[in-house]
Amino acid sequence: MIADILTGAIRSGTSVMIASQGELISERAGVINLGTEGSMLCGALGGFAVTVWTGNPWIGTLAGGICGLLISLIHAFLVLSCGANQLATGLTIMFFGMGVTAFFGKNFVSQQIVGFNPVPIPYLSDIPFIGKILFNHDPLTYLSLLLVPVLWYVIFRTRLGVILRAAGEREEVLFASGINPKLVRYLAVLAGGFLAGIGGAQLSVAYTHSWVENMVAGRGVVAVALVIFASWKPLKAMIGAYLFGAAQALQLTVQQQGLAISPYFLFMVPYVLTLVALLIVERRKQSQTPEALGKVLAGSS
Amino acid sequence: MKTRNNGMKSMIVLVLALMIVVTGCSQPGSNASTSNGGNTNASDQSVSDVVAGLDSSAVGFIFVGTKDDYGYNQAAYLGSVAVEEAYPDLKVIRAENVPESAEAERVMEQMIQEGAKIIFPTSYGHLEPALNVAKRHPDVLFYHQGGLKTAENLGTYFGTIWEPVYLAGVAAGKMSETGKLGFIVSVPIPQVLLNINAFTLGAQSVNPDITTNVVFTGSWCDPGQQANAANSLIDAGVDLLTLHQDCMKTVVETAERSGIMTVGYHADANELAPNGWVTGSEWNWGDLFVDMVKVGTEGQFNGSKYDGKYRGTLADDVVKLSTFGANVPTDVQQYVEEQKAALLDGTLNPFAGPINDQSGSVRIEVDQVLSVEDLESTNYLVEGVIGTIPQ
Repeated sequence: MIADILTGAIRSGTSVMIASQGELISERAGVINLGTEGSMLCGALGGFAVTVWTGNPWIGTLAGGICGLLISLIHAFLVLSCGANQLATGLTIMFFGMGVTAFFGKNFVSQQIVGFNPVPIPYLSDIPFIGKILFNHDPLTYLSLLLVPVLWYVIFRTRLGVILRAAGEREEVLFASGINPKLVRYLAVLAGGFLAGIGGAQLSVAYTHSWVENMVAGRGVVAVALVIFASWKPLKAMIGAYLFGAAQALQLTVQQQGLAISPYFLFMVPYVLTLVALLIVERRKQSQTPEALGKVLAGSS
Repeated sequence: MKTRNNGMKSMIVLVLALMIVVTGCSQPGSNASTSNGGNTNASDQSVSDVVAGLDSSAVGFIFVGTKDDYGYNQAAYLGSVAVEEAYPDLKVIRAENVPESAEAERVMEQMIQEGAKIIFPTSYGHLEPALNVAKRHPDVLFYHQGGLKTAENLGTYFGTIWEPVYLAGVAAGKMSETGKLGFIVSVPIPQVLLNINAFTLGAQSVNPDITTNVVFTGSWCDPGQQANAANSLIDAGVDLLTLHQDCMKTVVETAERSGIMTVGYHADANELAPNGWVTGSEWNWGDLFVDMVKVGTEGQFNGSKYDGKYRGTLADDVVKLSTFGANVPTDVQQYVEEQKAALLDGTLNPFAGPINDQSGSVRIEVDQVLSVEDLESTNYLVEGVIGTIPQ
């Protein structure tokens, strides 16, 4: 049963995980993007549609990423160049994404695609217990597992990462060294949108091979909360995302074991977990929040 | 200063949290069982000289989802196509993705403006909005799918879908090798519980030790949850999946990719699963809708068989068994056809007692015959079903 929950955690949590890694990049630079849900939806539809047209899920996923990026470009423009409030703009983008995908997605509901299928890695997937949990997933999930250490390395061990973090902590320092912080923030938001699009595409092209209106069902919002929960660290965000996936898998497994816990209560668990995460952030040391982001959340920016 | 910043931050965190709860609670096409409070009684318009539906120039159909969802809405859509073909002079107005809320009222009012005097609200949750609109327009006739409340100018129709579901269960019982079946459903309304029971009883008639693992996803069509549920059931060892959802595609395709068999519901998805498709239950609304429109336009609704809760049966061909899959052996097909014949001539009663619920208590006694009303108020699961009813 534990193995099933863990496998379900990774299967169900991957799309959220990819999106939260993207949002992490954006928030490290000091921009919070509540429109991640819209980016994920556009990525899911874009990825699905292009896979239908080209027959190639890789091209489709890339297209999904680009769709997510385009949506976040709107957010970046409004926030960084027009000075709009980040939270309000993000919410607007989210609803925009929901509407636009519902409209354009109507014709794709019944389409079939050649999507990604689980590819068991030879030898590794035969390892008892761990093999099934880690090595029997679709290619995008494998890539997402690799994404985390790569992102960690880039953010904490490279100059690029320092520049990113500086944009979120002390933009004057960047100015002084001749780098435009606004440009860094733009690129960070676009990177976040791209990854959110990939996360959405994973849901439609790899996991369900379907498109249905509003299929992301709140995962984008959970991704944003998870980033805060993880104190803006890639590894913690990954664990948080899998926790969310595990909660979703848990409610299914528990039902089958015949345990008399109400499924309605269990449906709540993933979202309650996210609420708890947000409340925990109040207890965190203020020093962990990227300063620019802190100003946004405190309403003074 | 720090206190003020903390206060603002808490507010924003709270708003974020509320947003998550709201998004978490809204699933596509979800059954809004508490919509519009309790403001409608079966209305009794005393305007007796108004005949609902008479000489209507247009017919309106509203669907809660898209017309090609390989499921509930597709079945209703095909019914509307039959009406279009039968009455070329009648204008057919359709609206897809109509939510089960006051929005539905707006859409129906719009259709009435366009001349529709007969309207088909096809989703369970469209009932309250339809009753509201019906009260305001006594000259418009409403045929609601699946509802349990009626009015002077609103009749509900449905089919005894549990009959083909039982037969599909028989087929499943014959085909399953592990003896474990999986059933993915949304919410525990009586029609859903009835289907789970019928399916299980059908399978048990072939293999008394067979079990059905039930998963409640809470949504009528959420592909992410459906994929989760399907994968979870497959991990648990089921070798055949069936479902009661609005859309079938995700579950059927996931099963097919994993080499698991499927029994469908609402529509025929044989082409989606060439290897694993066994059979399914589907609606055959076409002929029924055509007749209902005829009765309506001729002003014959009051006192007709549609005035009230009409339930078409297997014998009426309103519900039927889907085509068999290519890998279903002929002797299995023959056996199922024999059971169907017995069902039709009355020698086979799917709910022949004694039938126990999951706790072992007897729910249907020997020789007890249940009416359609009794069946449509099912509130328990039979022995052999694994899974608890969400409270």
